[in-house]
Amino acid sequence: MGIGTPNRLLSELVRQGKSGLILIANDTARPGFGLGTLIDANAVTKCVVSHIGTNQKTQQQMIDQTLEVELVPQGTLAERIRSGGFGLGGVLTPTAVGTLAAEGKKTIEIDGETFLIERPLRADFALIKAQQSDYFGNLQYRLTAQNFNPLMAMAADTVIVEVDELLPVGCIPPDQVHTPGCLIDHIVSSGVFS
Amino acid sequence: MTIHKALIAQRVAQEIQPGSLVNLGIGLPTLVAMYVAADANVFFHSENGVIGIGGFPEGMENHSLTNAGGGYVGAMPGAAAFDSAFSFGLIRGGHVDMTVLGGLQVDENGQLANWIIPGKMVPGMGGAMDLVSGAKQVIVAMTHTAMGKAKIVKKLKLPQTSSRCVDLIVTELAVIRPTKEGLILEELAPGVTYEEVVAATEAELIVHHPPSVMSLSCAASFQPSLLGK
Repeated sequence: MGIGTPNRLLSELVRQGKSGLILIANDTARPGFGLGTLIDANAVTKCVVSHIGTNQKTQQQMIDQTLEVELVPQGTLAERIRSGGFGLGGVLTPTAVGTLAAEGKKTIEIDGETFLIERPLRADFALIKAQQSDYFGNLQYRLTAQNFNPLMAMAADTVIVEVDELLPVGCIPPDQVHTPGCLIDHIVSSGVFS
Repeated sequence: MTIHKALIAQRVAQEIQPGSLVNLGIGLPTLVAMYVAADANVFFHSENGVIGIGGFPEGMENHSLTNAGGGYVGAMPGAAAFDSAFSFGLIRGGHVDMTVLGGLQVDENGQLANWIIPGKMVPGMGGAMDLVSGAKQVIVAMTHTAMGKAKIVKKLKLPQTSSRCVDLIVTELAVIRPTKEGLILEELAPGVTYEEVVAATEAELIVHHPPSVMSLSCAASFQPSLLGK
């Protein structure tokens, strides 16, 4: 929560006064922090997330009906994004079968087990965060800051990455590249050097 | 940490087999790690994308390494980090031996509610639905009652987290095992009577043998460093 987040890109969205955004993310962090800053700025009209328990402002905006919240189980969210990026028509998952989160969704039986049919998710823009990028946009993420970043890099029309370290081409060995540069449209320095 | 929580965590820790892969939920379940022996070769998984969480690294926080709650953690030698799709593949794919989760209610069928109180609290399910559906073993670690109200009920009044039943309930009063015939009262906490447990429980409890007293002798030394933050 709140890590692997492109904070400089988010602050620019807030500075430009963007509004009406549809946000796909695991959560909305907390007020004043990470994605919470977009909620603070009333920039988001709908979010597709797995939890909002850490951000009371998100909950308040949902109660006030200024923000639509679609809650998706975290693993299902990851697979919906992955299927969107990998050219699949969706995924079949046993998660959430028989719960409120399955309402309105189709199920299918395979070998006697029931699965939910979950639709793919894609975005117009992916704003992602990586530790390192070379000038081609080959990316390396750090530890648990990977989270949804490599998935979203596949699932958007335009991909903008914010990085802590920008390296000459060749500095990241081919088998250490987490996301290949062909997926990246723009690279922005985070201004934070570790 | 209250005595109640410590007792629950200590009892749950005894269920963890050496060499297993275990996911601990946020809050009370996190405390379980403190009572697992360092040499038990147990690896803790956190669903945001890591195996091998190693506790709160006082003064050595790495800002790219957190648990699912966003708290900074350390990593044990042999740890591995990965993206969220892989992490939930581990869960749904049956590679996680056990998950320990908190609960709002569990009913006579062993079904768990822990993600929403309609009209009051809508935190969202996070990874709970995947964990309850996918982990090989599901343990609910929770206080027996909330503000005087029973949490172990005849029928869930809150929306269920999964259609799958949980395997064990550990509270500060008792250890209860959901089975096809109902909830079996297996153990009582030290100093707690059968009548006290029944009075604090809405669901019917089945007793086959006189319940044993919860054993809290712990092979593990108390490891506050594994608490995380």
